[in-house]
Amino acid sequence: MSKELIRLRNLCMVYDDEPVLNDINLYINDKEFLTLLGPSGCGKTTTLRIIGGFATPTSGDVLFDGVRINDVPPYQRQINTVFQKYALFPHLNVYENIAFGLRMQKRPDPSDPTGRKKVKIPEEEIHQRVMEMLEVISLKGFEHRKPDALSGGQQQRVAIARALVNRPKVLLLDEPLGALDLKLRKDMQIELKRIQQQVGITFIYVTHDQEEALTMSDTIVVMDKGSIQQIGTPEDIYNEPKNAFVADFIGESNIIDGIMVRDKLVQMYGRQFPCLDGGFDENEPVDVVIRPEDIDIVPVEQGQLVGTVTNVTFKGMQYDIIVDFRGFKWLIQTTDHSPVGARIGIKIDPDGIHVMKKSKYSGMFGDYSSFSEEYDELDDASLAPDEEESGDEE
Amino acid sequence: MKNKLSRLTIPYVIWMALFVVAPIIMVVIYAFSAADGGFTLANFAKMGTYAVVFTRSFKLALIATLICLLIGYPLAYIMSKEGPRFQRVAMVLIMLPMWMNFLLRTYSWMSILENNGLLNQLFQKIGLIALYNNLFGTDLQFFRMMNTQGAVVLGMVYNYLPFMILPIYSVIIKLDPSLLEAARDLGANTFNVFRRVILPLSLPGVLSGITMVFVPSVSTFAISKMLGGGTELLLGDLIEQQFLGGAYNPYLGAAISLVMMIIVVICMAVMNRFGEGEEQAVMM
Repeated sequence: MSKELIRLRNLCMVYDDEPVLNDINLYINDKEFLTLLGPSGCGKTTTLRIIGGFATPTSGDVLFDGVRINDVPPYQRQINTVFQKYALFPHLNVYENIAFGLRMQKRPDPSDPTGRKKVKIPEEEIHQRVMEMLEVISLKGFEHRKPDALSGGQQQRVAIARALVNRPKVLLLDEPLGALDLKLRKDMQIELKRIQQQVGITFIYVTHDQEEALTMSDTIVVMDKGSIQQIGTPEDIYNEPKNAFVADFIGESNIIDGIMVRDKLVQMYGRQFPCLDGGFDENEPVDVVIRPEDIDIVPVEQGQLVGTVTNVTFKGMQYDIIVDFRGFKWLIQTTDHSPVGARIGIKIDPDGIHVMKKSKYSGMFGDYSSFSEEYDELDDASLAPDEEESGDEE
Repeated sequence: MKNKLSRLTIPYVIWMALFVVAPIIMVVIYAFSAADGGFTLANFAKMGTYAVVFTRSFKLALIATLICLLIGYPLAYIMSKEGPRFQRVAMVLIMLPMWMNFLLRTYSWMSILENNGLLNQLFQKIGLIALYNNLFGTDLQFFRMMNTQGAVVLGMVYNYLPFMILPIYSVIIKLDPSLLEAARDLGANTFNVFRRVILPLSLPGVLSGITMVFVPSVSTFAISKMLGGGTELLLGDLIEQQFLGGAYNPYLGAAISLVMMIIVVICMAVMNRFGEGEEQAVMM
């Protein structure tokens, strides 16, 4: 891929004796869309603020193009930020908000041979660049509006334009879609990815929304409790999670205690399943991840395992069913309907089984027993509009 | 009634009608009345005689407001940058004089500024007066500070400074910190963050601070009486004389009040326009 632009080396951050970041090592390539993903309090925003220059790490280095920038103030970094709540200047209109960064800039006077004299950017160039940006964010004609006369999605796009107009090498985005509704969020995800490809710079994106991360990113960095859990492409993270935390955080997963009998053979519930993983010790205890969509329902007599359906939820494209296998509840996504109480067999293909080393997260995730209540609530919510519709028909 | 809540406004409407609107109407009626109760414009015809007082009042109020702004804004800004403990202590110190009676506060300034008051005694002790006499060949026993316009302005600034600090402080403290971070992120240094973001966004506080200092300063009468010694007659004193003093003439008093009110309203309107204009100017 392209060359490395930012490197975080042994980054640690302590707030009030409370460690927030724990030995973060990460490199970010030029023109990459990288997402820092994790639950709130995992240190993702702190990492972003350190890159932006709004926080100074307790120890460790931030390198930009190979130069240490720990002590460089934000306004001298070739990095701009899109803030969580946009932080548009309420007293300035859209045009002036976008032009703000350009008006702050001074650059060597081209007519001065010594190059020591600094001049402001001429008004014509500011106008041209602001208009260019309004084009990129499709908000032409809005330049005289004040931010409070814009919708959330429009404010968001102005915030992006205000950062991009400075032609930074890196754009930092701190949960920029958090305040938007679902539909708009999906549109903006595509929009953001398009803008990133159009301007061709590095985006570092912070979110707790795994779907957002999977949709947009070239690279995802999964964080928890101030540490990086896994770095990889969306496919890597989804298909080959490193531990139970990652498997649970990204998508739905059934995580079962298992024993790696030997390479390509794992034992669960006393039964042996062929799989594709290797590199473990013989008979090493492991966590086994099985994604709900990788499980086939088969007649009882053909099943590798047999369990009882305890809950069924219709999701449109598929049914989410909860199946009890000897007290451990699995989530299975299937297009076939199985009634509650039915005994069913399941079959898992070798490529549907992913084996992970035991970690401190083992045993904390991957059992759907506690999720049944949540499903019940969802059921109730989805039933309500149906009842109304049937009432109309009568 | 559209809803129950609007019924709750009735007592306030009555209150406003009785104690705000009615007195203003009475002032207007009085201002256009002669002693025998008939309509007249004579009260306003006399206004020219008092042009000196009008000018003096507005000049002193303007100076006091300006000084309050020059002291108050930086103080409010510095306070907002400090920690919560500093803010609490500073707030108490600002409010503390206001817990004392207004007249008492002003009396205490009298004993400080008097010819043989605290300040003059101090100047004598440290040889300041002797130095002054040497330098300028004068033969002063004390500096005359009481009964001057300076003393009146000092009294206004001292009494009304909190009304300048508080609105500015409360606006600055509520500024979203991410706005300041955004400005820094976009290349603004400390000065430009202040000039381009904090200052324009704190203008509403400045405007209400100016109003809250200027209006009472224009109409004050106790301060000028006590610190100006009655030599520097202000509008407030003039009006008071018409109602309570020997020059009893409530009709003239009402007319002066009305003219003063109108000038103040015009000043405020112009200032608010100027405030909006300033915002525009910052944008350019």
